[in-house]
Amino acid sequence: MKPFVYKKAGTVAEAVRAGAAPGAKYLGGGTNLVDLMRETIEQPATLVDVTGLSSDIRRLRDGGLLIGAAVRNTELATHREVRTRYPVLTRAVVAGASGQIRNMATVGGNMLQRTRCAYFYDAKGSRCNKRNPGQGCDAIEGFNRMHAILGASSACVATHPSDMSVALAALDAVVHLDGPGGPREVPLTELHRLPGETPEVETVLRQGELVTAVELPPLSWAKRSTYRKVRDRASYAFALVSVAAAIDVRGGKVKEVRIALGGVAHKPWRAREAEAALSGGPATVKAFRAAAEAELADARPLRDNGFKVELAARTITAVLGELAGGVR
Amino acid sequence: MNEWSSSKRGDLSRRRMLGVVGAGVVVSALPSRSGAATRPGAQARTAGEGLVGAPLPRIEGPLKVRGAAPYAAEFTFAGMVYAALAFSTIAKGRIISIDTGAAEAAPGFVHVMTHVNAPRMRPMMPWASSEKAAGNDAWPIMQDDRVRWNGQPIAVVLAETQEQADHAASLISATYEEEPATTSFAQAKANGTETAVLGGQPVHIEIGDAEAALAAAAVSVDATFHTPYQNHNAIEPHAVTVAWHGNELEVHDASQSVVHNAWSLAQILGIEEHQVHVTSPYVGGSFGGKFMGMHQVLAAASSRLSGRPVRLTLSRAGVYRLVGGRALTEQRLALGAGRDGRFVALIHTGTSTHTPDSPHPELAQFVSYSSYATGTLKIDLQWAHLDMVANAAMRAPGEAVGSFALESAVDEVAVALGMDPIELRIRNEPQADPLTGLPFSSRNIVEAWRAGAKRFGWERRNPTPRAVRQGDWLIGMGCGAGSHMYARESGGAARLTLTKHGTATIDIAAHDAGMGTATVLTQITADQLALRLDQVRLRAADSALPGVVPGIGSSQTTTAAATIIAAQRKAVAELLKLLRRDSPLAGLTADEVTPRDGGLAKTDDPARHESYSSILTRARRDELVVEATGGNPTESEQYSMYSYAAVFCEVRVNAVTGEIRVSRLLGSMDCGRVVNARTAAGQFRGGMVMAIGLALTEETLYDERTARIMNPSLSEYHVPVHADVPEIDVIWTGIPDPQAPLGARGIGELSMNGTAAAIANAVHNATGTRVRRLPITLDQLL
Ligand SMILES: Cc1cc2nc3c(=O)[nH]c(=O)nc-3n(C[C@H](O)[C@H](O)[C@H](O)COP(=O)(O)OP(=O)(O)OC[C@H]3O[C@@H](n4cnc5c(N)ncnc54)[C@H](O)[C@@H]3O)c2cc1C
Repeated sequence: MKPFVYKKAGTVAEAVRAGAAPGAKYLGGGTNLVDLMRETIEQPATLVDVTGLSSDIRRLRDGGLLIGAAVRNTELATHREVRTRYPVLTRAVVAGASGQIRNMATVGGNMLQRTRCAYFYDAKGSRCNKRNPGQGCDAIEGFNRMHAILGASSACVATHPSDMSVALAALDAVVHLDGPGGPREVPLTELHRLPGETPEVETVLRQGELVTAVELPPLSWAKRSTYRKVRDRASYAFALVSVAAAIDVRGGKVKEVRIALGGVAHKPWRAREAEAALSGGPATVKAFRAAAEAELADARPLRDNGFKVELAARTITAVLGELAGGVR
Repeated sequence: MNEWSSSKRGDLSRRRMLGVVGAGVVVSALPSRSGAATRPGAQARTAGEGLVGAPLPRIEGPLKVRGAAPYAAEFTFAGMVYAALAFSTIAKGRIISIDTGAAEAAPGFVHVMTHVNAPRMRPMMPWASSEKAAGNDAWPIMQDDRVRWNGQPIAVVLAETQEQADHAASLISATYEEEPATTSFAQAKANGTETAVLGGQPVHIEIGDAEAALAAAAVSVDATFHTPYQNHNAIEPHAVTVAWHGNELEVHDASQSVVHNAWSLAQILGIEEHQVHVTSPYVGGSFGGKFMGMHQVLAAASSRLSGRPVRLTLSRAGVYRLVGGRALTEQRLALGAGRDGRFVALIHTGTSTHTPDSPHPELAQFVSYSSYATGTLKIDLQWAHLDMVANAAMRAPGEAVGSFALESAVDEVAVALGMDPIELRIRNEPQADPLTGLPFSSRNIVEAWRAGAKRFGWERRNPTPRAVRQGDWLIGMGCGAGSHMYARESGGAARLTLTKHGTATIDIAAHDAGMGTATVLTQITADQLALRLDQVRLRAADSALPGVVPGIGSSQTTTAAATIIAAQRKAVAELLKLLRRDSPLAGLTADEVTPRDGGLAKTDDPARHESYSSILTRARRDELVVEATGGNPTESEQYSMYSYAAVFCEVRVNAVTGEIRVSRLLGSMDCGRVVNARTAAGQFRGGMVMAIGLALTEETLYDERTARIMNPSLSEYHVPVHADVPEIDVIWTGIPDPQAPLGARGIGELSMNGTAAAIANAVHNATGTRVRRLPITLDQLL
């Protein structure tokens, strides 16, 4: 990897100052960034280590939780309130990577990890619009089993690999940022972008912006939530399809429902069509399946991933059925 | 009786080891053929005669656990530099230019070698083209501007640290003139295939008219099976540390063929064999991927040019680019049977991908040579030539993928007949080798089937597919047979040194890549000499030692055992010559004495005994040194010799998502005598884990547009992880093979065979879906 300068930030202000320099990148656990540096895909001039900042989980006055960006994935997953009040989040985090990686990985880094598209990774031998804008995409007609079926473009069909972010998308989490332009908040569902013509622009973060925390709203009914990840081996593989869901059923009717999908798009995919289809309606398997199909109506499968459409529909249906407790 | 049975001492049935070590504790036993009582393996003796069979832990275990066992990339030399490679990014063509300027300006840069400045070298020689040849191809190594595969090394950069070398190598860029390459299987077949050749013979066999017999059969299956490219993923990536001392080359290699590699390096570099010294004391897995490769040559050549000792460690991606693996196969498997279940036709043909001069045929059809009595047989293998990295051998080459096809087809016939698949196999047991007519040396697969079925609870299997369900999970059971041909190398030789202190050293250029070979050879030596384990020292994996004993074909133990037995005989003869006239053994011949309690004793009168120490001391000798060879493996010419496996599997398949989980796996082996119950169980389990990978997860993503491997990492190339592997149960018949040294046949590759089919057959039983394309992924079951 290219030689670089390493700095450890003691405060947010210090981090933001150092992070504003050209070629600077924030460093979390390094489990993704350092890999990409080894592959020469990322070549930062300066690494600003932000693992010393905001590493606690706090209860907010409204009952929500504020999770520091430097909280390690393991800590997040095992936190008592997270486990009991937002089981979908714990399950999503532990469905990702391995124990060792989760011990290193931070909340901020997990959110901002980059795609695992094989052509993106092959810096020397393959074309990639994300890595080299305008170069072309070798994935569209290549190996794309792991790729997007929703929201992709002719420039990029990559998926966002994070499991944690799918749960955060379902939970209406809000990302706290700080940067040269001052602090601001962005809903997680709006943090990541669809590829469009500029797949190299992956998030709405501005130059030098730092993730400081993630806020979870209280959502009392999120106790009844879960995460189901379907993948090519039992552990240590990225999702083919994953479903994060929470549902509140009263008297056979769907009062509240949140669904997000992983492994299907360039961002954690909040299934608003499915939610709208279900809201206020009957909590039946038939309704769940119909809602899933509505969400997937616009799916555009590629050479190797046509099965994802049916797999996603089945998984959504099964997860909602499980949460609703043996409905028919 | 041949020489092995006559060399056996003591009562074989007493020493028969039937212990099964599960996770180091569980010990169980199969009923032995003679009905003799069995004893728990864990309590086996640790001294002298009887050591063979004992479940001893690895002798080097403590060193490895403490990190004190030096691997190839842990040797250092003063002034040593680190190497990194740059690889081609096209499949075929010419290098027009290589820009090394930026690399040369990078921090820590020491040297760069390309085809422009590489020393003149001869190409590698492929396996079997000469006694000590061990290459996978005969390409020139950085001698010209030709690119022959995508991923070929085009430059070697040396720098003061590994990180600096990696960085400098990343700055190298090349321009190419591309030429049309054959990169897809379809194109390769369309170009025309070539009939495969093995041992100078075309791979084409016809016994009777198999096609006609198939057409006339009451029940038949005729199907195409596909298996993917696979790559080697030993836990230790290939590595070599080299230093020149004048014209002498010292090489610390991660190798399963030290003598071959010393010879190969000498002939490639144009020096004498004795000028190259290769050691590989500890190796982190070899599996057929760690014979002679380009990387040792590149390290030696760049070291010569730079005048610095060099360490070259392949990155994980580098292993994929330089070291081939299992070839892709497409197999036609047709099997016809009468209503009574007797097979009347077997056709096993197909095409494997191949590269020029590769000695590895990926002969999937081999499993059909002698598995069943079928009356008629048709075998044919075609090679489709691609512009890609040379084929390599990979644990149970050919057989692993061939047994998937054959044993899946047998299962299909059983379903069609409504017959139990085990009974169907037993009904078709051959009386003699179906191809050669030779008698079997020892074939007890029926016993292995019966014992395995009992232990696995096979009678609980519901033969109707998709009939057993727990919640969302469909549950199925399947089985498959495996076999592995016995092999003993003719180059076995060993030096045995006995000292006046009553200790022994055995020197043999064999290899231990984690299998337990060092332990087993020490055990055999102690057993043969009636010494304690701590009185025996083994020196191995060093090209200066006697023997040409590559880790190949599961043959090291048989080869070394024959050699150690021969050395022991020679030593006994020499000891008798040294006896003083007043020795209790005076006047006895070699036939009348047996090693016992650290010395020799009269076989039928153990009281007449003199220790080695006493014999040598009284003869005023410090030591006695003998060298012996194991001789040619004539037993394989007179007998059909195979190890056998009966593998049982239970899977759970999620009815919603198609996810597959292997929930139980049992291997019931018939492999002759087991020399070390613990290391053998490790080999069996390891092979079955790799076969889970073959069946369910592993596939090299070889992009047919560019001939580029797209998943060269452990993150994206899926080997089974712990969660994919259930507890694996292993048992064996323990019946010694009267034709094999010590009664032991090979075990290292056996359990790769039959396991993938057992899994696929269990998937069929669970779901009703017959998947004939590996790996079986969940989308095939939706
Ligand atoms: C083999 C393997 C398997 C994996 N499997 C999975 C899986 O199944 N599911 C899954 O979800 N993940 C998986 N991962 C990815 C893993 O979750 C991520 O690597 C990890 O979460 C990244 O966190 P980190 O703190 O190490 O980030 P880093 O690598 O340090 O950083 C990642 C990115 O985030 C930026 N960044 C970090 N912190 C901040 C901040 N506070 N503000 C702004 N930018 C920041 C960095 O600049 C960088 O661009 C896997 C990783 C590996 C290596």
